[in-house]
Amino acid sequence: MLLQDKVWLISLVLVAAMAAVFLWVAAGAARQADVEMVQRWAYRLRKSWFWLLVAIIVIASATTLTALPYPDRASPPASRVVLRATGAQWAWTVEGSDIVVGRPVEFQVTSTDVNHGFGIYDPSLEMVAQTQAMPGYTNRLQLTFATPGTYHILCLEYCGLAHHEMMTDLVVKPN
Amino acid sequence: MQGGVNPAVVAYLGISGVVLLLMMLLGLALRLAQAEWLSIPPDLFYEMLTAHGVGMVGIAGLAGAAIMWHFLRRHVSLSQGILVANLALFLTGVVMILAAIYVGGFGGGWTFLYPLPANSGGVWKPAAAAVYLGGLLVIGVGFLLFYLDAGRAIISEYGGLGSALGWPVLLDRSRARLPEPTIVASAMVTIVNTLGLVSGAAVLAMSLINLGLPGLAIDPLMAKNMTYFFGHVFINATIYITVIAVYEILPVYAGRPWKASKPFLWAWTASTILVLIAYPHHLLMDFVMPRWALIVGQVASYAAGLPVLVVTAYGALTLVHRSGIRWDVASSLLFLSMFGWAAGILPAIIDATITVNLVMHNTMWVPGHFHFYLLLGMAAMVYGFIYHLGHGQGRAAAESALDRLAFWLFALGGLGFVLVFLYSGKAGVPRRWAVHLPEWVGYDRLASLFALALVAAALVFTLRFLVRVPRLLAMR
Repeated sequence: MLLQDKVWLISLVLVAAMAAVFLWVAAGAARQADVEMVQRWAYRLRKSWFWLLVAIIVIASATTLTALPYPDRASPPASRVVLRATGAQWAWTVEGSDIVVGRPVEFQVTSTDVNHGFGIYDPSLEMVAQTQAMPGYTNRLQLTFATPGTYHILCLEYCGLAHHEMMTDLVVKPN
Repeated sequence: MQGGVNPAVVAYLGISGVVLLLMMLLGLALRLAQAEWLSIPPDLFYEMLTAHGVGMVGIAGLAGAAIMWHFLRRHVSLSQGILVANLALFLTGVVMILAAIYVGGFGGGWTFLYPLPANSGGVWKPAAAAVYLGGLLVIGVGFLLFYLDAGRAIISEYGGLGSALGWPVLLDRSRARLPEPTIVASAMVTIVNTLGLVSGAAVLAMSLINLGLPGLAIDPLMAKNMTYFFGHVFINATIYITVIAVYEILPVYAGRPWKASKPFLWAWTASTILVLIAYPHHLLMDFVMPRWALIVGQVASYAAGLPVLVVTAYGALTLVHRSGIRWDVASSLLFLSMFGWAAGILPAIIDATITVNLVMHNTMWVPGHFHFYLLLGMAAMVYGFIYHLGHGQGRAAAESALDRLAFWLFALGGLGFVLVFLYSGKAGVPRRWAVHLPEWVGYDRLASLFALALVAAALVFTLRFLVRVPRLLAMR
């Protein structure tokens, strides 16, 4: 399962759980109870709820912050294939050597005019990774492709009239 | 809730309601175009998208300001002149923005991200961009004056913004005055919006100078930081202000008070800081940003959920639980808004995870999450407030089956609408695309049906309010 599919399922479950809580409170609201009794119980529960959320924040941060997509600070090792990707209203130019499955790649992404978004999609149109294309800056996106095929670059940062036509193909060759 | 409503506040709300409905119609048209059920040429699509974005942000600010003023003026002495001046500046800015978009063809997106306004690829002239940026600047100045006046009034009454946030209470100072929830929320929003609006005004002014003198370029990364700091803070603040309506009105229906407590004060001080420092979550894919700033963006975004989940939404649930609350459209909308806010921030917080953002940034997941808490959260608060004003203010509400139907259309239509956005985002559909690939059109069609339900509900809410306006004005 892709990360975005997991994110969707988790979100759906959490939203449904939240809805269930709100519906339960709404449905039972008519049966009046003493406010002090309700508050005492609710504020006790709130402490546990708070600490549970803090624990989730700490665990989620610890597990996800160790896998940042940001490039190694040093220049790419010799084994890494470097491609230069440039966005310009309204086309992508990608120059460099062939991309081969299993070999680390570094995209050096920039723009000659306005901000664009370099979005890499696999052959079945699922997003693999992205970075911004900002004029005057080079964003370095490092990844290794696991499957060969024709990938697609879609523009992900609104850049004007033909933003939705700014696409190109990226071929990943088998090993 | 006692007494009458300031006529300027009624004007703010009436304008907000009408413009909100018009912006929803624009939004519906955009989704219908993506669904290929309506044919709109791309240049017009992007103009409409720009108008929809700036219009929605604008009236969220306007309605929020009205709600804050309405309740805050009971505690501090606010300026009627500034209230009216802000509206005048707002309407001036609106005229400029509409001219820039529909006459000048400006379609740079509401976020005016430098250097796009000056570089349209031949679609609009720099003059159109200048009128858009100028119009936004005029609106921003109006709001800045509004918040500076609120700050002045709060400081006059409480001695300082820290006192208004309840810090003497948190520090257990003797004779510390416990501020009302409305004061605490107003203080927080005054602080963050003053900072946000100054940043926005600065980058707008810089962009205007650059339009006139292209040789004076701006660092695009700095421009993006300034722009997104402004936009993030301002749109967040609209929920933090409109929640005042929940704090003030829901207790009336539930028959229980909602007072500030130490957890409440801690939560609002935390929100003041976290809303400000979470803004880098808009720049997580700008790999050239300092890494520490992006990490702060993720962690602060996570933490920003705590005040909402542990204090405000939890407090609303506690207030209503076994309360014997009287349910009508107003109280239902305000209760719904707490769900909208609490649930809506969940997909947002998840997207603020950098590893998730890598595959979901700038997809439909983004409009998915912000429509969730702005539509089912903030807009529900605004509609709840205007129902409360227009329909009996807590006494026997004169509402019909039509009002109740509209509520359910809003709640379920809204939920369906945002879930389709989120699902589209999971499927990788980019945001802000005038024309969709054939694989995605099915989602757009489903979204359009839910959007129709929303528009129908909004039509009922708005018309029912407008019909009551003469009576509201007579009630002073």
